[in-house]
Amino acid sequence: MSDAPLLSVRDLKKEYPVTEGLLGREVERVHAVDGVDFDLARGETLGLVGESGCGKSTVASTTLRLEEPTGGTIRFDGDDVGAYDRGSLQRFRRRAQLVFQHATATFNPRMTVGETVAEPLQIHGMADADRRRAIVEDVLERVGLAADDADRYPHEFSGGQQQRIALARSLVLDPDLLVADEPVSGLDVSVQASVLQLMADLQEAFDLSILFISHDMSVVREFCDRVAVMYLGEIVERGPVEDVFENPAHPYTRALLETIPEIDPTATASSAPLTGDVPDPADPPSGCRFHTRCPVVVRPDDLTVDVGRERWRAIYNFRLALERDSIDRDAVAERMTSPTDAAVRADVRESFGLPAELDDDRADAMLDDALDAFVAGEEDAAAAHLRESFVSPCERERPSPAAVERDHDAACLRDPEP
Amino acid sequence: MSDAPLLSVSDLTVEFDTPQGTIRAVEELSFEVAPGEVVCLVGESGSGKTVAGETLTRLVPTPPGRIVEGAVRFEGRDLTSVDERDLTSIRGNRIAHVFQNPQGALDPAYTVGEQVAETIHLHEDAPDARERALSLLDQVDLPRPTTVAEKYPHELSGGIKQRVVLATALAADPDLLVADEPTTALDVVTQAQILRLFADLQHERDMAVLFVTHDLGVVSQIADRVVVLYAGRVMERGPVTEVLGDPAHPYTRALLASHPGRGESMTPLRGSFPDPVDRPDGCLFHPRCPHAVEECRESVPAEHDVSWKRSAACLYYGDDYDADRLDGDRA
Repeated sequence: MSDAPLLSVRDLKKEYPVTEGLLGREVERVHAVDGVDFDLARGETLGLVGESGCGKSTVASTTLRLEEPTGGTIRFDGDDVGAYDRGSLQRFRRRAQLVFQHATATFNPRMTVGETVAEPLQIHGMADADRRRAIVEDVLERVGLAADDADRYPHEFSGGQQQRIALARSLVLDPDLLVADEPVSGLDVSVQASVLQLMADLQEAFDLSILFISHDMSVVREFCDRVAVMYLGEIVERGPVEDVFENPAHPYTRALLETIPEIDPTATASSAPLTGDVPDPADPPSGCRFHTRCPVVVRPDDLTVDVGRERWRAIYNFRLALERDSIDRDAVAERMTSPTDAAVRADVRESFGLPAELDDDRADAMLDDALDAFVAGEEDAAAAHLRESFVSPCERERPSPAAVERDHDAACLRDPEP
Repeated sequence: MSDAPLLSVSDLTVEFDTPQGTIRAVEELSFEVAPGEVVCLVGESGSGKTVAGETLTRLVPTPPGRIVEGAVRFEGRDLTSVDERDLTSIRGNRIAHVFQNPQGALDPAYTVGEQVAETIHLHEDAPDARERALSLLDQVDLPRPTTVAEKYPHELSGGIKQRVVLATALAADPDLLVADEPTTALDVVTQAQILRLFADLQHERDMAVLFVTHDLGVVSQIADRVVVLYAGRVMERGPVTEVLGDPAHPYTRALLASHPGRGESMTPLRGSFPDPVDRPDGCLFHPRCPHAVEECRESVPAEHDVSWKRSAACLYYGDDYDADRLDGDRA
């Protein structure tokens, strides 16, 4: 292993235009990946985790230049992948392979397993059919299938076996880099284990570097050396798997870890760690993108009101809900039998955990004004009343990655708690 | 729970005719669900867990499916023999189903509010169906029920759709909810939210739930009791704390050991799942079992008591063998 990473990605960006009308006028841009940095060493496995829509699959496709990135640089074995011409791009694609979640969808049902696995050899110019056959038989055995499975068709195999065929096809060119996008997500747990073990064995045999994309934290913990956690197109935390799992620094990582259903029969269903969906990547939240869902958003230092941490956060959440249009008077009223203004106010106070009265007079008046505007159907005005004192630095400042410990950093305004 | 069971399945065997031959999906399956209890049917693909859930209200198409023998008693009535009209009044009304893919359960041509209201109408003449539909959408924790009610299924995310399906299932206030992998197709965070919602609704309504899943993590969060299936037969059953805390059957142990992220290294199950048209003789698990002896190949083991409330279909728990000898594979 030389010291230089096999793959080095800096400030990777991918934007998709959203167009409208006949002329395709661009109305907005979706920032699917927005400034992602990572290195992948030889023989190493890096896990890229996050919810659907966080941009992890786009990182995979742009890294392999299956889609052109909008910005940033990708270096593979020292070369700039963005500067590759046709010939060097083809050589790159021989050394860097991709495996998807749904193996079935990537097979031609009319081609035998042997033809399927041999196809990359043919594309890359191996004309000798006997030699192709010999390589295919060898690689099928290495993924735990039989040599004569080459003459059968993909549909005759189970899901786990199809994923083995997909792995065989990706390894037939003896690549250096394997990008695996949710390779075991569609499989049964017991089958997952055997495919992951196979991947680990193959990694050693082929000295592969693997970029492992997954939404499943427990699989990442099992399989990866290092992990990078993505949220809305950005990496929020990264580090060695052990450190990140034992000592998660970013509130989003902590929330994701809480979603792992642990096999502890004495535990009851954990309280839902995160509420709401991932925000629209065309219009990401300002500052730290996680602030709209963060359970520990930072209070400003120069607070003009004294309401205590819990109360402050309750009122803050009310303000965000008003701004995100996730609450309005009519919606609250429609659930009630007699929706008087007083009843609506009481319902809002209850659902956000706001007390009938606050100790701080200024805060109490502010909240009253906001609720007045709310029952009058003016959500924007209601939010404006609260914006004076209930704004978090997390909305204004975009946190940059700060070291938590060696090789482990997180992008959060809060001090990392050891 | 000493009351009479709400649901009692006894000796149920279900077969399917396929071009490759007859497949026995469920074999001599017996289990009970008490009122307000959460029972999990756990197993891998091909274990028969889905067929078992769907057979309860005869959702399995016949042909190719066929109930060979056995009874499904719901409050004492055998649902395998009631006529279709009586069954319709039970299905959806008293026993509701929720499936893995919410898209398939919703009609793309109607707004979700109309669909929930329609379900209410289907079971009773309700002039206030619209209000009740909104109230149901509110109960499944949709942030803006009135807005969601006006949307079409394709406009909603998977998690929101599954909440809508759940609202539909709850419309007739069922006594038993049969949920088949309702969280499997969802994102991790959404999965945790929906699971929490299931637990809350089950608790609030004191509703019995038969939860069908392959995920032991999900089982440990929601189940009172567990029935472990393998290739159509029960391997082990008992309270969740015992079955997952100290598994008895070699299959349960192997399944647990193959789970990722338990802190210990995971061990894949050796061998492969039996071919459904050519199943092994004797114990179905014996070709993959590290402790199999000659007798395992010859006769199907009976369910032996492991503790007061637990049993395992493994002859090591019978009188002639010593179950302590199984402990080697736990180390």
